[in-house]
Amino acid sequence: MKELSQTDPLVRVRDLKIGATTDSGRSVEIIKGVSFDIAPGEIVALIGESGSGKTTIALSMMGHARTGCEIRGGEIEIAGRDVAQMSERARAALRGVDVSYVPQSAAAAFNPSKRILDQVIEISAIHKLMPKAKAEAKAVELFRALKLPDPDTIGSRFPHQVSGGQLQRLAAAMALIGDPKLVIFDEPTTALDVTTQIEVLRAFRSVMELGNIAGIYVSHDLAVVAQIADRIVVLKGGEIQEVGETQMILDAPEHPYTKELLAAFEPVRHEALPISARAEKTPILKVQNLWAGYGPKRNGEPMAKVLRNIDFSLMEGRNLGVIGESGSGKSTLARAIAGILPAYRGDVLIDGHQMPPELAKRRKEDLRQTQIVFQLADTALNPAQSIGAILSRPLAFYHGMKGAQAETRVIELLDMVRLPATLRYRLPGELSGGQKQRVNLARALAAEPRLILCDEITSALDTVVGAAVIELMKELQRELKLSYLFISHDLSTVEAICDDVLVMYKGEVVERMAADKMASDATHPYSRLLISSVPKLDPGWLDGLEQDPELIARFANR
Amino acid sequence: MPGSLTLWFLVLQRLGIALLTLLIVSFAVFFATELLPGDVAQILLGQAATPEAVAGLRHAMGLDEPAILRFFGWLAGLVHGDLGTSYVNKMPVAQLIGDRLINSLKLAGVTTVVSVPISLLMGIAAAMWRGSIFDRVISTLTISLISVPEFLVATLSVLVFAVWLGWLPALSYGADTSSFTALLKAYAMPVITLSFVISAQMIRMTRAAVIETINTPYVEMALLKGASRRRMVLGHALPNALGPIANAIALSLSYLVGGVIIVETIFNYPGVAKLMVDAVSTRDLPLIQSCAMIFCVSYLSLITLADLIAILSNPRLRH
Amino acid sequence: MKTLSNPLLLISHAHHGYAFNKVGRAGLAVIIFWGLIAIFGPLIEPYPPGQIASYDIFTPVSAEHWMGLDYLGHDVFSRVLMGARYTVGIALASVFLACTGGVILGMIAAVAGGLFDMILSRLLDAFNGIPSLLFGLVAVAAVGSSIPVLVLTLAAIYLPGSYRFARALAVNVNTMDFVTVARARGEKTPYLILREIFPNILGPVLADLGLRFVFIVLVLSGLSFLGLGVQPPNADWGALVRENVEGLSLGAPAIIFPCIAIASLTISVNLFIDNLPTKIRDRS
Repeated sequence: MKELSQTDPLVRVRDLKIGATTDSGRSVEIIKGVSFDIAPGEIVALIGESGSGKTTIALSMMGHARTGCEIRGGEIEIAGRDVAQMSERARAALRGVDVSYVPQSAAAAFNPSKRILDQVIEISAIHKLMPKAKAEAKAVELFRALKLPDPDTIGSRFPHQVSGGQLQRLAAAMALIGDPKLVIFDEPTTALDVTTQIEVLRAFRSVMELGNIAGIYVSHDLAVVAQIADRIVVLKGGEIQEVGETQMILDAPEHPYTKELLAAFEPVRHEALPISARAEKTPILKVQNLWAGYGPKRNGEPMAKVLRNIDFSLMEGRNLGVIGESGSGKSTLARAIAGILPAYRGDVLIDGHQMPPELAKRRKEDLRQTQIVFQLADTALNPAQSIGAILSRPLAFYHGMKGAQAETRVIELLDMVRLPATLRYRLPGELSGGQKQRVNLARALAAEPRLILCDEITSALDTVVGAAVIELMKELQRELKLSYLFISHDLSTVEAICDDVLVMYKGEVVERMAADKMASDATHPYSRLLISSVPKLDPGWLDGLEQDPELIARFANR
Repeated sequence: MPGSLTLWFLVLQRLGIALLTLLIVSFAVFFATELLPGDVAQILLGQAATPEAVAGLRHAMGLDEPAILRFFGWLAGLVHGDLGTSYVNKMPVAQLIGDRLINSLKLAGVTTVVSVPISLLMGIAAAMWRGSIFDRVISTLTISLISVPEFLVATLSVLVFAVWLGWLPALSYGADTSSFTALLKAYAMPVITLSFVISAQMIRMTRAAVIETINTPYVEMALLKGASRRRMVLGHALPNALGPIANAIALSLSYLVGGVIIVETIFNYPGVAKLMVDAVSTRDLPLIQSCAMIFCVSYLSLITLADLIAILSNPRLRH
Repeated sequence: MKTLSNPLLLISHAHHGYAFNKVGRAGLAVIIFWGLIAIFGPLIEPYPPGQIASYDIFTPVSAEHWMGLDYLGHDVFSRVLMGARYTVGIALASVFLACTGGVILGMIAAVAGGLFDMILSRLLDAFNGIPSLLFGLVAVAAVGSSIPVLVLTLAAIYLPGSYRFARALAVNVNTMDFVTVARARGEKTPYLILREIFPNILGPVLADLGLRFVFIVLVLSGLSFLGLGVQPPNADWGALVRENVEGLSLGAPAIIFPCIAIASLTISVNLFIDNLPTKIRDRS
């Protein structure tokens, strides 16, 4: 890591306060007096969960506050000038030249109707930094430094013609063209697959080191931050909880919240339940040669074949993880098993019974045994119904339960997922993300199922909240003898709850192995690449990582 | 390139839909007018006619053939430019419509030329300075204008320009059109009225289209590059809003079709719409059918054009 | 409860209760005013609207005749009160028919999908390809003008638009996970439509109903203005403008007040809907 310079800090933030005004005119404080420094060439990470204010702070370094928000007080000194007090014109002069920005989604931040190169060099045109030809040459140089393919010609393409990982690096080139003193990275790898993330992180780090540029790296992912940041600022609810050198934060956190974050990162290992003799014989779920896809059918086969020849079984009381990157077909698998997307070939057997592919032809009793829980708790609960009504419906539908009996059961269900009984009068919009996901789980439990299909159920939750949901699921399993099919792109979560893991790639299962021995047992090259690409809580991890370039070329989604 | 293939597929599909729609519309127009009002021969000959005379006329007019055959006969005639004969004055419908159509097209053309540039400027300006006094005045004015019937705008224009100010004649037909200024005066009232109606729509839609693109992450990105407001709007938002704006223009112009009916009637302007309203009161079916088809075709063309522009303006499909 | 990082989210979440701003409230007041007039107007009209109150015509406003006299010497105030009944009544009946039909068909099409959806959408889109005033003209030409014909015609003109709007909303809701969950539970189409979809499109559908009401008032007035709408001795506001169009050159109140009545109603509805909280109006 770099040495801190002895000169004045490049960025000096004192008692920063940012507020927002709601539609009804109510005023809320989002950032409640934050202070920190950044030395020249130093990369500082702002880490925290959703609502911690990390992006709001980062944007304020450019004097920008999103609609409805305003900087209400404090100082933001960049190279000795206070951005908070500047006129809008002076701020515009600063943006792109002194401070520049790499967005979370480069795909959305590139203008779809302009060529990439013109957008990359736009900063030099706005601020009249250099002639066009010189700017273009510089951009190509940056493309090369960022390890982009075809650096000489990639700029002539339109944004939708390059991949997500490449766009993210192109956005970095766009930020660096004006030789800024400070670059803000706003969760720049969150939307990428893990195998792509590595290359992007490496590219970012090398250009930042080369130019000795200071940076603010906004992220919720401690392991990613560990690879790139010199110091970490831990935020919660618009306030700083702890600041420290990266190694210090990871090894010896002081604040209880930091400890909680770190603990959530290393979940308790899963211990398999003892299996009864009967369950040993018939698997609760057996999938044989399953094929499914979307689009119009020709000769009984859909145009887009997503799942190809899937074969596996799950014993009662066991948990099977399904891992893979975006587009691997893992969510489609859950839909095909549940009958939401009817498979066009192959069999699904629940507890030894053959299921018809179409939902409409399945018996109510079969439907009851298998429940599905979705990723986004927000869209999985009907916003127009109270929690009580949402939970009562499966009770009435499957068990004919009504009135006081149903109400008692709703309270029981809420208690099972550790939610207060009074929550049943609320609407989903009034609940937090974690609470919604628990209600989601309770709705599945209301059916008294034997198998729950979990589709990325912790992916949209904050780490700490997600870890608590996983713990709850383990408890429920012990009490209710459930089995889970657990779909996730997050390997550590899968490790925390699953006995076995299926690795999916382009619609096929490439490997099955024990969850606790993923790192050592993986034999398929794609599994090895995927598993080795998951960042570790170790600042030296990225440096020490050796991956076969041939494998990357073959399998990574770039 | 697959992108352009999809593009042409979408364009062809849209044109196919337009043709299909036109067929359904002509079907609806034909049967609404032809089948509902009872016996045309009876109407033509009056209540006193003998049943034999009525039957004879029915046969002579081909009215005793099955309706579906007459529909296709009528449709084939339309395609070949044979619009039938007026019941009322026995003249070919095509001849009756001829000059009137040109008059209506003139009115629509002048209105378009006047209102499109004004609307674009005002719409874009309102979006650029959203929330300003200018924007709020424009928004209130346009919402008021689109809220009231066309005849009310016409009535108010006459009250203001002809009655109170006395600048312009209230009627256009028979007015002096010998000199340029006289011509201008004759056209002024109908054009002013129609322009108000069309522009209000167009300004609102243009403003909405530009604002939608201003709210995108790539315009925020331009702000964070240090771009001025002018660069953000004109350089980044506008190129992406061109499709939606062109779409807005085409859609707004389709309001001309409704507006022109009222405006021609109120100003006694000798166009197709006036002809049609008169035909409705005399129940001259062939004339009503032909006029209705003219309006439907122009309306459909504009709507289809709007859809095509929306498809063609998608950069993902273009490049 | 946790706070949110995205301040925009925070704003929409904090927004409970339906607060209308001043313009919206003013709009609502005018709408309620005309609604009451339509119901109770006959109780307060000073003269029977069909009675010739005086042999003077196109007289200005006086204490006796608050809105002057019309082309035959009727009391304009009484006639405007009567017109409210026709304009508001016919438009309400039509908009109710159009939206009920459109929303029901739209939701069924969205949930059922497939061939039913395709054919219905094609057919109704074709009807959208006919300019509305023209549709009215042709229908009136065909069957003659009476109040039931007007109501049905106006409903038929605006049903396809309402269908298209409701279908688009329902298609969006239909892709939400909570509908998928209900479907996976084994729920049948009527439950999906009534319990899962309808409550979630109700707000925008009501806003759309308001906008469609304005369009219907415009077309109805247009037809009456052309002499093809409400027939004498009855008159809606459009017909009142037509009757008194000769008074235009005199700037007579007989033509100005019906105009004001139409404009105040339609502008109020539009302003009210424009200022609804985004929570209700949100169309996505």
